[in-house]
Amino acid sequence: MTSNSKNFKKELVIKSTTENLSKVRDFTKSSAEAIGFSKEAIGKIILAVDEACSNVIKHAYKYSEEGEISVSLNYKDPKFVISITDEGTHFDPDLIPEPDIKEYHKQKKVGGLGMFLMKKLMDEVKYKNLSDNRNQVILVKYFQ
Amino acid sequence: MADFNVNVREVGVVNIIELKGYLDAHTAPELESAFNKLIDDNNYKVVVNFDELNYISSAGLGVFMAYVETMRENKGDIKFTNMKENVYNIFDLLGFPMLYEFFKDEKEAVDKFEDKSNDQ
Repeated sequence: MTSNSKNFKKELVIKSTTENLSKVRDFTKSSAEAIGFSKEAIGKIILAVDEACSNVIKHAYKYSEEGEISVSLNYKDPKFVISITDEGTHFDPDLIPEPDIKEYHKQKKVGGLGMFLMKKLMDEVKYKNLSDNRNQVILVKYFQ
Repeated sequence: MADFNVNVREVGVVNIIELKGYLDAHTAPELESAFNKLIDDNNYKVVVNFDELNYISSAGLGVFMAYVETMRENKGDIKFTNMKENVYNIFDLLGFPMLYEFFKDEKEAVDKFEDKSNDQ
């Protein structure tokens, strides 16, 4: 079997409710397992995708359950790209400062942790504005 | 749907919150309810036992950040025990070990509270 045979593309579309987070985690987990990522790497990928979707539900759709979120997985050896796309309110990631963790705890600020975690857990995190008012978060993990 | 359960039990002056399953943005409100109930009953000494918790996201970590000050202002605290390595790693990434006490087992955490009450 050549490594190229592992390449794939998959998509899951969910309604924007926190109840669906477990579906997204299961969907991501089975693909990450198929690629052959370590248990530790899989844990990181799942959490990053969960954080991205949680942010969309909370900030882009403000907990409205009518929104749609597309989670698209694309593996092209050795690059695993997860794109999370929504049609909710746009937000500018540059306006969210990277938290100084010590200050963070002092101020009892709870938001922004998800973005911080995504950066720590993945190799690349990008935010894009697409046409038709769509927003996209792209998470990348390289298979080693 | 994520499998999650919160159970609260008393050990002397300390309340133990036992967590099971997956703590995420969907299940975090259940944990908030448990903390609200403890505060309503003036119980501020809390040990969270993570023995059966498999997963945590920032929504779950945010709950502890939101309640710890109230506990400390009332001579209590939130202490953590029995955490699996993958769960601890997330707490570590977010700097919790600088500000919270982590123990290997529940008894150590409970004893820490009891030592303090003996000193008073």
